Amino acid sequence: MTDNIQTLLNFLPQLWEGVQTTLILTVLGSIGAVVIALVLGLAMTSTHRWLRVPARIIVEFFRGTSLLVQLFWLFYVFPLLGVDLDPMVCGIGALALNYGAYSAEVVRSSIITVDKGQWEGAIALSLSPTRRMTRVIFPQAWALMIPSLATLLIQLLKGSAVVSFITLQDLTEKIDQLRQSTNDTYFSFTIGLIIYFVIAWLLQEFMNFLERRATARLGRRRPNSRTDRRATRRDAREALRQDRLNSRLRGAGAGPGSGNAGGGL
Amino acid sequence: MIWNWEFAAEALPILLRGFVNTLIATAVGTLIAVVLGLIIAVAIRGLPRWINWLIRLLVAFVRNTPLIMQLMFVYFIFAGIPGLVDIPALVVGFIVIGIHYSTYMSESYRAGIDAVPPGQHEAATALSLPPVRKFTAVVLPQALRATVPSLGNYAVAMFKDTPFLFAISVVELVTSAQQFGAAKFAYTEAFTLAGIIFLAASYPTSLLIQRMEKRLATY
Repeated sequence: MTDNIQTLLNFLPQLWEGVQTTLILTVLGSIGAVVIALVLGLAMTSTHRWLRVPARIIVEFFRGTSLLVQLFWLFYVFPLLGVDLDPMVCGIGALALNYGAYSAEVVRSSIITVDKGQWEGAIALSLSPTRRMTRVIFPQAWALMIPSLATLLIQLLKGSAVVSFITLQDLTEKIDQLRQSTNDTYFSFTIGLIIYFVIAWLLQEFMNFLERRATARLGRRRPNSRTDRRATRRDAREALRQDRLNSRLRGAGAGPGSGNAGGGL
Repeated sequence: MIWNWEFAAEALPILLRGFVNTLIATAVGTLIAVVLGLIIAVAIRGLPRWINWLIRLLVAFVRNTPLIMQLMFVYFIFAGIPGLVDIPALVVGFIVIGIHYSTYMSESYRAGIDAVPPGQHEAATALSLPPVRKFTAVVLPQALRATVPSLGNYAVAMFKDTPFLFAISVVELVTSAQQFGAAKFAYTEAFTLAGIIFLAASYPTSLLIQRMEKRLATY
């Protein structure tokens, strides 16, 4: 065990490089994905058939073919077509295209979920289509789409491990090297999984922060927020106390068991 | 020359042989995930609070860490246990994929069970059905109606994640494409065909699930 820890300490700088690679892939990949998602998602809500149909085809194409196929296409096939891409660019590109297509669907469905009255109100105020989207519809859709985007962001982080197949030295690859030098699978992989878990947790907190800010801007609180949950619990406690008090006042006639029958589920 | 039909014709049977492994991994993985997901979702209700908390932590851990790393982890552990060395990588693959997706599916089950109106529980209690029958005959059938489409979506997602078995050298569709491409230097044909096969299998399935979702919707 002490040997393992010694090896780990010596390996730390390399591990940090791996974490950095994974973080760069995740951050740049997700920025690319959001840009692609906004373009395709808005195109899919367009009334114009020439925008809607191609966008739909692109989205279904990148959703339907697997991430790894897209990555290998960029990595192995593009050089044959005369385009040499850096493995890092391949990784970011594949992640952005694949998760961008998934996010585009989220963007589309959030935009069409915004209350119809909001569209009508914006039209009645004769806002231009651009202002209607940027000032009225999109801020509300944005608050709606963040939870789903957060899930996809975590998926993207997990998906970024595929780049270890195209010679990139990301966290997964580094952990595999740690396994080879310590010869201890449990030790090295547990560390790797914990690092991924912590990164995922930080990303989730960041997205929660974004959601709080987006909903606060609309003058709302996010659904099932901590404040709401606390209030619900307090109300439930208060109701229970009242209930007990009542049954005690009613005395032995009511019986102690009758108050909470069927409280199981 | 960018596209060679001869290579494509040669690659197709090899890819389809790899595709069989992809289908096996998806089918068995889905089966494991569907059963285990339900067990997790139900178990979380009945257990003491601290075990419950532990299961939730474990589920979050499996959900938030990469499938590829989990595959490698289990693969190397099995390789180190004398009696388990001979287990094919494909078996490791569908077990790990099944467990990974069971954590997602348990969440769908939970949402489905929560969505059953409380009146149904109360009515079943009023009819003095035993708790097990109340669950299997009243709550679960209604919960499943809402859950089945999302289980289907996860099965499709799992299908698209099977190429990750590349990490433990299971010869599934993409791995066989990569091997063929490397041997003949025909990456274009191999990967394009692999992509087309994926699209041809997953797109109709997701359309089917969408229709099912509309049909099963209760509102």
